[in-house]
Amino acid sequence: MNRALNTLAPLALIAVLLAIWEAACRLTGVPAYFLPSPSAVAAAMIENGPLLLGSAWNTLATALLALACASLMASCLALIIATNRLLEQAVRPLAVALQVTPVVAIAPQVVIWAGLAHADRAIIALAVIVAFFPIFSGALTGLKSTDPDLERLFDLYGASRWQKLTRLRLPSAIPFMLEGHKVAGGLAVIGSVVAEFVAGSGGSQGLAWRILESSNRLQTAKTFAAVIVLAIMGAGLHAVLETSERAILKRFRGR
Amino acid sequence: MTLVARLAAAEVVYGAGRQALGPFDLDLAPGEIVALVGPSGCGKSTALRLLAGLEEPTRGTVTRTAGRGETSVVFQSPTLMPWADAVSNVALPLELSGIDRAEARAKAQIALEQVGLAASSHVKPAQLSGGMAMRVSLARALVTRPRLLLLDEPFAALDEITRRTLADDVHRLWDQTRPAVVFVTHNVEEAAFVAQRIIVMSPGPGRLVGETVMAAPLPRPAGFRTSEPFRFAAEAISRDLAASMRAAA
Repeated sequence: MNRALNTLAPLALIAVLLAIWEAACRLTGVPAYFLPSPSAVAAAMIENGPLLLGSAWNTLATALLALACASLMASCLALIIATNRLLEQAVRPLAVALQVTPVVAIAPQVVIWAGLAHADRAIIALAVIVAFFPIFSGALTGLKSTDPDLERLFDLYGASRWQKLTRLRLPSAIPFMLEGHKVAGGLAVIGSVVAEFVAGSGGSQGLAWRILESSNRLQTAKTFAAVIVLAIMGAGLHAVLETSERAILKRFRGR
Repeated sequence: MTLVARLAAAEVVYGAGRQALGPFDLDLAPGEIVALVGPSGCGKSTALRLLAGLEEPTRGTVTRTAGRGETSVVFQSPTLMPWADAVSNVALPLELSGIDRAEARAKAQIALEQVGLAASSHVKPAQLSGGMAMRVSLARALVTRPRLLLLDEPFAALDEITRRTLADDVHRLWDQTRPAVVFVTHNVEEAAFVAQRIIVMSPGPGRLVGETVMAAPLPRPAGFRTSEPFRFAAEAISRDLAASMRAAA
């Protein structure tokens, strides 16, 4: 009963808000290019369904590819750095600088470097940059978060550096890395959308391009439809990553 | 008779001149059970780390005849790898020393049987109760058949009934291979029950205040906690402990 209510509550709120919105549009007669009614947005979504889904797939594929690249690069770098304190000291400020720099600020330059004919490469590179930090930071924290008593135990039994790394530090890092990947997944989507906006060419056919295109043509209902598809896609990706994180952790800890 | 370990005028000073231990002397004969008792911050865990070879003394000498792989430590928390099941945790010391996996796991299974956890060998630490996890930790410490077993307040986080059962278990397991045992605790009755020789230490820096010898059979007979020698020893230790607190005040 309680569960059903918990699921129904947000749906009911959305329904009420949509009803108010619809009523307001009809009563005030506000022009559709200014604020389309929910029914107009729904119609736009159905009409442009295949196009929007195709674009969503492009954006998702870009984000996933970026996530995979970022995962590989960030994990490897964290692994190399975690074995050497001085190296970590050297790299940390650079990594932080990379993280706090807004992706829009560097996007135009990256687009130029990639070549205007290869906007897709620039978009992937920018999404990688955004997704890099949470994974890197999680892996590094994880590799250094070993239980000090377990570390003493490994020392006591004469474990080699390699044994400590593979049998203690890497497994200790897994929960942190899973968390890092979950955050990075969401950021990769944001990164690829922002990058696509900046690249702003038809060479890329993602959701951001649909938003730009329809907005320029004052097809506001279509813009809304694209934004909604984007939100649903982001939430879906987050849900998948969260579920897999939980499932892996459960297997890992046995509970 | 050669000693298993000896601390001679050992002192440990941490950064900023904070003296944690000493000068402190301790001779440890093979097969004897010694308890170090004292208030928190008296350097008993520091003494234990010296005996384990995990730390070096600032001054004085530490002599250890138990080599690598012949010393085991049980910490206050079970200190198990959360991602590994019980048998893998117990097999760890053997695997680290290069014994092949199958043999290490077979020996670990036997060690788990000895602590009464044969059925839980494929259970992960999160699914074990506190007492069971501590038993796994004991099995891991004993799987290498150590000559020196160091117990750092191993029962501090457990309830009274579990502590008593585990104290009996420690004696039963000790009886199989007779390692020298150093048992750190701040519980007077536990010290009197577990050890043959109880050393009371004063806080900051840790020094010897008094020593009580408990000449009763091991493992302890039933009803030992109500016997005359036990009460007498507990009183003596309490007096030493009170003196150590006064010295610190």
